[in-house]
Amino acid sequence: MSDPGRRAFLGTAAAALAGAAIAPGIRLVELAAARSPEEAASAKVRWGLLVDANRCASGCTACVTACRTENGLADTGRPRTDAQWIRIVDLRDPRTGREARAPVMCQHCAHPPCVDVCPTGASFKRADGIVLVDRHTCIGCRYCMMACPYKARSFVHENLADQKPDVPRGKGCVESCTLCVHRVDRGGTPACVEACAAAGHGAMLFGDLNDPESAIAKRLRELPARALRADLALDPGVRYAGV
Amino acid sequence: MPRPLAAFAVLAVLAASVAWAAGASRVAKPVVAVERPGSCVEATDVMRRDHMRFLTHQRDRTVHEGIRTKRHSLAGCVECHAAAKTGSVLGPEGFCQSCHAYAGVRLDCFECHAARPGGASAGSAR
Repeated sequence: MSDPGRRAFLGTAAAALAGAAIAPGIRLVELAAARSPEEAASAKVRWGLLVDANRCASGCTACVTACRTENGLADTGRPRTDAQWIRIVDLRDPRTGREARAPVMCQHCAHPPCVDVCPTGASFKRADGIVLVDRHTCIGCRYCMMACPYKARSFVHENLADQKPDVPRGKGCVESCTLCVHRVDRGGTPACVEACAAAGHGAMLFGDLNDPESAIAKRLRELPARALRADLALDPGVRYAGV
Repeated sequence: MPRPLAAFAVLAVLAASVAWAAGASRVAKPVVAVERPGSCVEATDVMRRDHMRFLTHQRDRTVHEGIRTKRHSLAGCVECHAAAKTGSVLGPEGFCQSCHAYAGVRLDCFECHAARPGGASAGSAR
């Protein structure tokens, strides 16, 4: 029935349309791939972050502030026990004196030690690579905090009130960076990435590591980026350039 | 029976019957005020019996699989059932707390979850 010439033309046209850029960084094919609320997270996607320490501006804490605001992490004035999902780490090479700084948060490992040690299964890795704590199952034993080589997790020591509707959290559970999973599920980006871009630094890039056409995958091909503690072979989703 | 004790017994019976006549019970009746008219996500009798099952099921799907449908979400309950006066489902006249207090069932959802409705903070498009 069908005309092979016409079919071939339609196929080419569809491919051209899908690859067409409607704005820099936004492509139709990505918009089409945005997940609907009833669709489960897919293993085809691996969410990741690229942190460029060369662009991380001295004295700036926009990412940390944005994280605290987004997730409702209040400052109790007791910093030793306050939850800390993201922190700025200052690095200095004692031999050369070279200094660098970069935000460090949960590295969303492909082989997360926190998940390995969790006795209840509360620590888990979602299909799309985001490492989370199911607080309904967490018993607050803190094994995961000891297992994490990045010191990414915090324990909630005190009763909380006025939590964000999107970020339920409470006393007795361990928690860490969720990669702003509530925003990602709606097709957004993590608050820290947005704040870094808004501050004009653009030191953080969020995207799908599995998609060779994504901005983060392209940047990772260009930039000599590495994993923190690559010797542990945890294959973290957060990569660093310039550290 | 010694006289003072008998008097006390009579008094106690009298007091109890007065309370009964006034319709007072030992436990305050729950306040089921639905300020937002319209139908719930399931029939009322189903919700009364099974709301906790819907919530448990939804919570696992949301936390582990990232399925964020509104139908059986706790945030959806709060959105409709928060009292206009307090803006919350908690408090002595709160939709959730008053009924749980009556049934004697501990309500610990809101130790972590927000008891007040709040707009979903949508992130910018990727």
